[in-house]
Amino acid sequence: MTYIAKPKFHHPGLPKNDLGYTHRDYEGKISTLCAGCGHDSITASIIEACYELSIEPHRVAKISGIGCSSKTPDYFLGNSHGFNSVHGRMPSVLTGANLANRDLIYLGVSGDGDSASIGFGQFAHSIRRGVNMTYIVENNGVYGLTKGQFSATADRGSKSKKGVMNTDNAIDLVAIALQLGASFVARSFSGDKNQLVPLIAAAIRHKGASFIDVISPCIAFNNHAGSTKSFDYVREHNDAVNRLDVLTGRDPITVDYAPGTVQVVEQHDGTRLALRKIDADYDANDRLAAMTFLQKHAAKGQVVTGLLYVDPDSEDLHTHLDTVETPLNTLEAKDLCPGTSALEKINASLR
Amino acid sequence: MKPTDISAPDYFHKVVDCQWACPAHTPVPEYIRLIAEGRYSDAYMINWKSNVFPGILGRTCDRPCEPACRRGRVEETPVAICRLKRVAADFKDDVKHRMPKPVAKNGKRIALVGGGPASLAVARDLAPLGYHCTVFDADPKAGGMMRSQIPKFRLPDTVIDEETDYILNLGVEFKGGHRIDSLKKLLDENYDAIFVGSGAPRGRELDIPGRKEVSANIHIGIEWLASVSFGHVEKIGRRVIVLGGGNTAMDCCRTARRLGGEDVKVIVRSGFEEMKASPWEKEDALHEDIPILNFMVPVAFKHVSGKLIGVTFQKVKAEYDANGRRNLVPSGEPDQTIPCDDVLVAVGQENAFPWIERDCGIDFDKWNMPQVDAKTFVSTNPKVFFGGDAAFGPKNIIWAVAHGHDAALSIHKMISGEDITERPLPEVHVSSQKMGIHEWSYDNDISGDKRYKVPHRDKVIALKDIRTEVELGYDVKLALGEAQRCLNCDVQTVFSAPACIECDACVDICPMDCITFTENGEEEDLRQRLKAPSPHHDQALYVAEGLKTGRVMVKDEDVCLHCGLCAERCPTGAWDMQKYLIDMTYAGSTCQTKARSAA
Repeated sequence: MTYIAKPKFHHPGLPKNDLGYTHRDYEGKISTLCAGCGHDSITASIIEACYELSIEPHRVAKISGIGCSSKTPDYFLGNSHGFNSVHGRMPSVLTGANLANRDLIYLGVSGDGDSASIGFGQFAHSIRRGVNMTYIVENNGVYGLTKGQFSATADRGSKSKKGVMNTDNAIDLVAIALQLGASFVARSFSGDKNQLVPLIAAAIRHKGASFIDVISPCIAFNNHAGSTKSFDYVREHNDAVNRLDVLTGRDPITVDYAPGTVQVVEQHDGTRLALRKIDADYDANDRLAAMTFLQKHAAKGQVVTGLLYVDPDSEDLHTHLDTVETPLNTLEAKDLCPGTSALEKINASLR
Repeated sequence: MKPTDISAPDYFHKVVDCQWACPAHTPVPEYIRLIAEGRYSDAYMINWKSNVFPGILGRTCDRPCEPACRRGRVEETPVAICRLKRVAADFKDDVKHRMPKPVAKNGKRIALVGGGPASLAVARDLAPLGYHCTVFDADPKAGGMMRSQIPKFRLPDTVIDEETDYILNLGVEFKGGHRIDSLKKLLDENYDAIFVGSGAPRGRELDIPGRKEVSANIHIGIEWLASVSFGHVEKIGRRVIVLGGGNTAMDCCRTARRLGGEDVKVIVRSGFEEMKASPWEKEDALHEDIPILNFMVPVAFKHVSGKLIGVTFQKVKAEYDANGRRNLVPSGEPDQTIPCDDVLVAVGQENAFPWIERDCGIDFDKWNMPQVDAKTFVSTNPKVFFGGDAAFGPKNIIWAVAHGHDAALSIHKMISGEDITERPLPEVHVSSQKMGIHEWSYDNDISGDKRYKVPHRDKVIALKDIRTEVELGYDVKLALGEAQRCLNCDVQTVFSAPACIECDACVDICPMDCITFTENGEEEDLRQRLKAPSPHHDQALYVAEGLKTGRVMVKDEDVCLHCGLCAERCPTGAWDMQKYLIDMTYAGSTCQTKARSAA
């Protein structure tokens, strides 16, 4: 880790977003992870996405569990709300916070251990309920903090740094998220920011449960030959189905694509997602086809990346529960305790 | 773009902007680090080797390094390089024993005309090689314009004495009070080489009506300064007008303030901003209550019964033609006469070579300047060399020193029977500064401090005595603070593509967004695709190829802080911080074989 603070100086010509912030204004403390950790690139991508969306930092709540990945919220959005929760319990804490105040943007940051092992159930239920959040798993296939044991997402047949073969079957979090009804599902790679940044931006703008699985090589314990989560392996086996451009504002789509190669998806808040198809047959609006596609390619050892599924008419937990729009902390006593006449009305309706 | 050849000596040299801009190529960051460590004597000797007059230059240099300083592109102000040089001179221990020892003479004799910085620099380089150097000067003591024209309140005699003595003590013969009035005669004395470093000794005249009638109260700036310096002039009138906008004008007006001038004004033809004087010298003049009036052209000296009563000025304004050239045209306002008792004319300096006969084999050009080769400093007479202001007109001390080094090399090669047009490449050392996993031999924590002001003596006291130095110099604490502002630009970021796994760690950590991994392209195109804008095309792009994905690493050297975070965050050591030191080629270093060190 680096001991000096990152210098405050920034490039004098750095562009500013609508709020007058440079991307440096979205940084947090300096990373204490190992040099070269894929997680740091995801941190940089989150910073870039929030900068591009001109998000006010105080409108973000970043919530994490335990692990290398769960340390990263300290390294981005230093002026946002944060909660470093118990191991695997990020989804519950996030769900609770979201129910109490739907005005914030919820960013859940977790890892493969936190979400696929100890917090697997938590992960499943938050997705299943459609909590309005961006759930990012920084997936490196090993327990880096305890020196590189296989995690639940390590592929069967892949090798540890010592050369031991993994005999357990892997959990594919993307497949589970699709099956559990997530309305935005993507997979990306920490070594490909051009793909990752727009995916994070689109997920933040999506209403409902957005899930992004980011393969993030562990430099210390899982970046060797025989690993399926190494830089080299993912670069060689990366099968990107599409490239995404996020269009906020009312700007027309000016990029000239050959007809039929771009699919435009309009989300709830007016954000348009322009999907440049790389695989001509891939339809990002078809959940079933996506699941089949994934399984087929996984069997061939390929890592399918891109925006895999998006439901433009998605709903979230608040819609399902018909909750009050006002954040609970701003509800007045008279709203919470409407008086005897209101109570009598309710009682009368039950008689 | 082609991959960058970092083994070319000039590539990394250009990254050290200050050193590249210095005519003598002083290794600035290296000596600033030594100052920060409190190793003032070592810092002094590094300066002494390259610029010969650290104490003098630390007070008077024109500072071409400071506008070039990278810090000035990162925040408002550059590092106070010049005044840190003075710190090295102020706080050093006795360094006499570190000077070259006089050696046995080699039988070759060099005559040096003029005892100023150019000649002394030549003598400094040649004397330790055994040459018998004889310096001739009309003044009794060595130093030339440094002694005669720079006021003592900026540069005390003690500093000049010390630094000229270091050179004269190398076994250099100094003939003071000996003006050379015939080159022919000097050539007849059969010197092996003659170096002319006689400066630009003639102040330009201002021939306007009234000049002759009241000449007693109109003084030529540099001549007047010399007279003050040697104690021939001790007073001036109460109201003084200084004409001219260069550094000499600034010295004149400040000197006049100390000799009885209570109402001293500087009046310039051009605008205030375009004045030739260095900004800090203008600032010092303004601080001493000297107004600077601009866009006023002197048209006549007014006099009544043989007595100067004032100067009449025409008011002008600047107009720019289609080519952007500035013309001063009358503004139409009525002329203004400003009353005064004395006028100091500081409107420029000229070379004058009345003592060089036109038939000594030295060709002169149409401006009556000797034809001098810009690289070797030889004239059309192969035994006669020129340097300093005498070579190409008025510049400043640091240029004279640089000329001196180059001329000394030429003289040495000429006498050794070598081709003087062959200039050997400098010697370059590049070595890793890694001390531990995240430890470097230099302090890579970037200081956010603003430029420290140099303490000045109280104005009331300073104006009372012409020999009281105004600037007090940094104390140790201020010097340390200022030294920490240096970005260590000589500690280079060196990239090794085969080791890189393209994890983006360097890209993510770089505080200045200098690094981009992308597809290769032509320079113009690449500059458009960098992570941050690239406005300074004179700053190099460092391009490296050989990455697994076929992309290239592009680093814009422009605003790199040399903080080393790219190397700290690199998991494979593809980035390293390596110190680049360049040994300029001096006389005598050309054929030298360096002894191998034991370790």
